[in-house]
Amino acid sequence: MNSLEYVLQQLLNALSIGSLYALVAVGLSIIFSLLRLTNFAHGDLMMVGAFATLFLNLAGVPFVPALLGGILLSSGVGILIERVAYRPVRGSPDVTLLLTSVALTYILENLGILLFSSSPRNFPLPDWMGTVYSLFDGRITFTFITVVTLGATLLSLLFLGWFVTRTRVGLGMRAAAEDLTAANLVGIDVNRTVTVAFVLASGFAGLAGVLWAAQAGVVEPLMGFTPLLKAFVAAIIGGFGSIPGAIVGGFALGALEVLIQSLPSELGLSPYRDALVFALLIAFLLFRPGGILGVRTEVKL
Amino acid sequence: MIERTLENPAKGAVLALQLENLEVNYGAVRALRGVSLEVAQGEVVALLGANGAGKSTVLKTVSGLLRPRAGGVRFFGEALGRLTPAQIVGRGLAHCPEGRRVFGSLSVLDNLRLGASQRSDAAEIRTDLDKMLTLFPILGERRGQAAGTLSGGEQQMLALSRALMSRPKLLLLDEPSLGVAPLIVREIFKTLRGLHSEGVTLLLVEQNVRLALELADRAYVLRTGQIALEGNAREMQGDERVARAYLGGGS
Repeated sequence: MNSLEYVLQQLLNALSIGSLYALVAVGLSIIFSLLRLTNFAHGDLMMVGAFATLFLNLAGVPFVPALLGGILLSSGVGILIERVAYRPVRGSPDVTLLLTSVALTYILENLGILLFSSSPRNFPLPDWMGTVYSLFDGRITFTFITVVTLGATLLSLLFLGWFVTRTRVGLGMRAAAEDLTAANLVGIDVNRTVTVAFVLASGFAGLAGVLWAAQAGVVEPLMGFTPLLKAFVAAIIGGFGSIPGAIVGGFALGALEVLIQSLPSELGLSPYRDALVFALLIAFLLFRPGGILGVRTEVKL
Repeated sequence: MIERTLENPAKGAVLALQLENLEVNYGAVRALRGVSLEVAQGEVVALLGANGAGKSTVLKTVSGLLRPRAGGVRFFGEALGRLTPAQIVGRGLAHCPEGRRVFGSLSVLDNLRLGASQRSDAAEIRTDLDKMLTLFPILGERRGQAAGTLSGGEQQMLALSRALMSRPKLLLLDEPSLGVAPLIVREIFKTLRGLHSEGVTLLLVEQNVRLALELADRAYVLRTGQIALEGNAREMQGDERVARAYLGGGS
């Protein structure tokens, strides 16, 4: 295999997995920046999005509208968990927030198992999603899912960028993330701002859930756990609480994972991919807690 | 002990702000022990006192950041007790906080825009935006710059303009001269005098007693969470009891 083509193929893989990490990490970071809350239930909204899309699709709704429905439902569940679980403990000590978030994860995951059973189900995709493209006589191959993943991520991130720089609610969100008291004093409706943040973050998680399921071919109630941990690592190495940090971290992590896996097998490192990733997380927390972008806020766990 | 050097000149005028026996605790610490004061419409009232006397606490309670343990706040007759800080801004009460608290990563223009968060009159907001940029021309020059890159004085001008963007009927100002170069302090106080003559009502917390009493119509002196002294600002200028209140001695 030509080495340039090999590099291109790996780059494509890295972008594909990196986009999913970035999509999930951005949501974690938005919520953290506003509430200093690590929302572990964020991964479970991937499950909500994927299952909703699956069932809508099985009920006869075409894939794209079903996907939009899945995103909407994730946002709805996001609003609900903020209202029911997080708003009552807002401003409480970090430990309270952390425990609430972990408890919520268990509740949502077990609810998922109760409703859908824990066994994985096939995630049906329309034929056009599975179309295989090959370039250079088959030396670079990808499916349309990759194209959709990259395209949807790019659109979502562009939308987010527009939203937080050009709309008043988006500006208010950044202001509240920077200084909640000052945001209150200029008349920003903090409750509404937090709700909007959950709508965005949860919608992104729902989209990521569908894309993740499309790549894996299956959905299951615990599907959000691994991507959540990875996105968490991505958000921290990028700079927790920063939207650009989450994006940079997501793609950096995707690239790193693909790099580890594409190392010559004689090195014997690829089985330790996740261990290496978490070692990197520890290294960042110890030596550069502000992440690649050097965010000032201290991350408390 | 409350000493009255003058009959309250607010009598008969429309009251913009009334604090009735306000008590505020920080945990176990009693920050305010029954503070009552009044600000009439169009008046500039200075709130003086040493560090820790409770001046900022009064402002934070009025703007809804702190909840009183007892007593109440009335704004043009309406009790503010149940309103959120954002709703209070919407009623026409702006608070320009101590330490300026501009949004450092946002541009000067975005900071000003956020000052109008409670308004929905887009055209009028744009007019006011231009007005602020002429009021402090330096802000106009730096409109696209991140607020965090401005000097202390420029940030104070921005914080003041941001508060004015809500078109307040009453403006609470906390230490506008703190950490600001003398030349800019003069400019800011000139602006405040201008606002006063336009009929904006001001409640001013200020360490610089001379400056505050020059601007104010009336003043209150707080000591350990209580009003120790109140009166006409002119007459308080020469009153040595004001200085004594600062030093914490008996009055």
